[in-house]
Amino acid sequence: MIPVLVIVLCTLFSIPVLTLLTSLGASSDGVWQHLVDTLLLEYISESLLLMTGVGVLVLVLGVLPAWLVTMTRFPGSRLLELALVLPLAMPAYIIAYTYTGMLDVAGPVQSLIRDTFDLSYGEYWFPPIRSLGGAITMLGLVLYPYVYLLARTAFLEQSVCVLEVSRTLGASPRRTFTRVALPLARPAIVAGLSLVLMETLADYGTVQYFGISVFTTGIFRTWFGMGSETAAAQLSMVLLLFVLTLVILEQWSRQQARYHHTSNRYSALPRARLTGWRSITALLYCGLPVLAGFIIPVVQLILWAVETWALIDTSAFFTLFFNSLKLAGLTALLGMGLALFVAYGRRLFPTRPVRSGFRILGLGYAIPGTVIAVGVLIPFAWFDNTVDGFMRDNFDIATGLLLSGTLVAVVFAYLVRFLPVALNTIDAGLGKIKTSMDDAGRSMGLRPMQILHRVHMPMLKGSLLTAALLLFVDVLKELPATLILRPFNFNTLAIRTYELANQERLAEASSSALMIVLAGILPVIILSISISRSRPGNA
Amino acid sequence: MRKLLILLVAALAAPLTGAQEVNIYSARQENLIKPILDRFTDATGIAVNLITGGADTLITRMAREGANSPADLLLTVDVGRLHRAKQQHLLSPVSSTVLDSLIPAQYRDSEGYWYAMSLRSRVIVYSQDRVDPSELSTYEALADSKWRGRICIRSSSNIYNQSLTASLISHKGISEAESWARGLVANMARPPQGGDRDQISAVVAGQCDLAVVNSYYLAGMLNSGDAQQREIASQVSLFWPNQDGRGAHINISGAGVASNAPNREEAIRLMEFLVNDESQEWYAETNGEFPVRDSVPISDTLKAWGPFKADEIALEQLGIYNADAVRLMDRAGWR
Repeated sequence: MIPVLVIVLCTLFSIPVLTLLTSLGASSDGVWQHLVDTLLLEYISESLLLMTGVGVLVLVLGVLPAWLVTMTRFPGSRLLELALVLPLAMPAYIIAYTYTGMLDVAGPVQSLIRDTFDLSYGEYWFPPIRSLGGAITMLGLVLYPYVYLLARTAFLEQSVCVLEVSRTLGASPRRTFTRVALPLARPAIVAGLSLVLMETLADYGTVQYFGISVFTTGIFRTWFGMGSETAAAQLSMVLLLFVLTLVILEQWSRQQARYHHTSNRYSALPRARLTGWRSITALLYCGLPVLAGFIIPVVQLILWAVETWALIDTSAFFTLFFNSLKLAGLTALLGMGLALFVAYGRRLFPTRPVRSGFRILGLGYAIPGTVIAVGVLIPFAWFDNTVDGFMRDNFDIATGLLLSGTLVAVVFAYLVRFLPVALNTIDAGLGKIKTSMDDAGRSMGLRPMQILHRVHMPMLKGSLLTAALLLFVDVLKELPATLILRPFNFNTLAIRTYELANQERLAEASSSALMIVLAGILPVIILSISISRSRPGNA
Repeated sequence: MRKLLILLVAALAAPLTGAQEVNIYSARQENLIKPILDRFTDATGIAVNLITGGADTLITRMAREGANSPADLLLTVDVGRLHRAKQQHLLSPVSSTVLDSLIPAQYRDSEGYWYAMSLRSRVIVYSQDRVDPSELSTYEALADSKWRGRICIRSSSNIYNQSLTASLISHKGISEAESWARGLVANMARPPQGGDRDQISAVVAGQCDLAVVNSYYLAGMLNSGDAQQREIASQVSLFWPNQDGRGAHINISGAGVASNAPNREEAIRLMEFLVNDESQEWYAETNGEFPVRDSVPISDTLKAWGPFKADEIALEQLGIYNADAVRLMDRAGWR
């Protein structure tokens, strides 16, 4: 029963991706050939460059700070331990708007340079913000927390014994980090990295704003500019190939090393107190991502919000705020439950169909929100119209659109898009529970459900919370699926922000942008604290 | 549990019931349309339900919802998408003496599938310091090598650039339009990026000497609540292109009644409301667009730009050549 349900669920949530596949059959009317002749290579190479750049940046910003705040103490380290996750509350498109406002040719920074040194444009060098490098920086700044969070969890879970053995064998702290801790944390870091790369591939807001030709921008252009759904679906398929490669690499990397700690005796991690220049370097290194990824953009948003407060319509803010929270909360709870069920089903019944269902389910995360939204629109409308037709024919009742244009469709799209995040988190949590514990439970006469309830649940609480909070924050920031699928007269903070920013009224968009960030801070902080406490034996 | 689920679905799918209402799928964003819709509700008692979004996705949604779609009226901010909706049989013809008498024939579909509600032109905005208006003439002349590295224009993914290029294809043919696009690309001061206000700011910052933008963006900056925006806008001037020839390129914001509209009468009443004196003045005043009717007074900002000659091309041509325009711009390297 359970494996069947798991497969049914996996199929249900794969429908939008499968819908894409069905439009492949049609002729693209020469559009595909046109793409091959003109832009396809550029889409591929720019996407690869963007992924590489963001990948390197998130590793640099995420891994070492995670090690430093876990294993050392320096002035501000406790605060930074929490603050390093803050950029997770910042949507990529908003940080892009904000930095563009500050650093663009016409922005205050360059204007100041020109006025101070009496230069005109072209007489000085300034890094162009709207460039591939700019996009890499923006995405890296808001996505590194995924790597940081997972790396920190891994570092917190490591056994003191292993580290002590390394030290007694004469390895320096640095060598212990590179030769022992880092390899042990590798599966977690790779998992974080793959989340980041999927987000990068799915990003539309930032790349579109910076005018970069990657897959997402290409898909939109092909679909809407040239009106070719088929060619757009074909492009999406090339994108999916990228994603599949990522998923397989990630799972391969995890299979290479399945670490269970054999000792259950955890003692507190020894934290080295850094002094002198070491402590200053650590402070700077860990402070920089927070400063650039959170503090600077938030200060700029606050300045704009103060400046424009009188101009904007704030009457609807409460409703917008409530709508955003409602969707985020609902999706977080549903997603957590579904992910637990599916991950648990796979653990109990790791048959081939279940495992492939699981893998397909993981694809949604890398697909642009708009593509998913249309992938939801098509089957939902088909379903509604079929039901309506059937009811009219047989019972003379018009049911109209039952699901299309309702929040059901919106939440479904969120789940298709973000369920992989919850799934990965919970699956990783389950993976840490030794199968020998299941066996012990079974031998004591517990049924599977009882094992879940009495053995796994207490051990999984942390992962469940993490999954729910990540879903919550992701939904809060989500834009395209909400925009396309929402019911009449239903707005969220993200929609309000986007509409004003899209009219290039960045300053006026700042108030609602700020509210998205504020709404995301609390969950993100809870997330960070709960991970700090996750170390077994840590009271 | 099952009951709860049914209740939940029913509550979420709260049927649109009761009194008179009209359902709008609008590509015009909420803050730019809601005030006038509220006035409509006040004046007529007809409630307005609104979804905003990209025109293409709204059209996709209408198409997939099919006969059961709740949409009564599709509002777009360019004619290409209205044409596309008509092609996909999503719109139905309207015959209204009010609309037909108030809106010039040029600005409505010959068969009544869509009507313009306001006009905008794509114009040249130039630096007062570095460009003498006597150097300017036509869109075509922007491909001249004397503008090498001096022009700012946004991405070819933008519908207004696609429409402008489509108009050139319609007037001059594909090959001439393509060599124009190549010349323009060679003259760009930077890879296309940002929106139209960004292009104007870049002119003032000195990155380029002129920009091609929609007229209402300049009006919006001139009347902005933000002093910095006003300061930037005051340093550029507007030039009407092709005044000795076919006239400046025009696009519209417009509306069409859905082919399956459940509230067809109300939708037509709303369209008629949107072209009455009060609404037309509001458009011009608040959004910096030109009224679709000659007789309606325009704001001082728009008056200051002087009268201009508009391209009289049949607007559906812009829709017909849209896909060709995109391919052409791809080939020309216009990003």
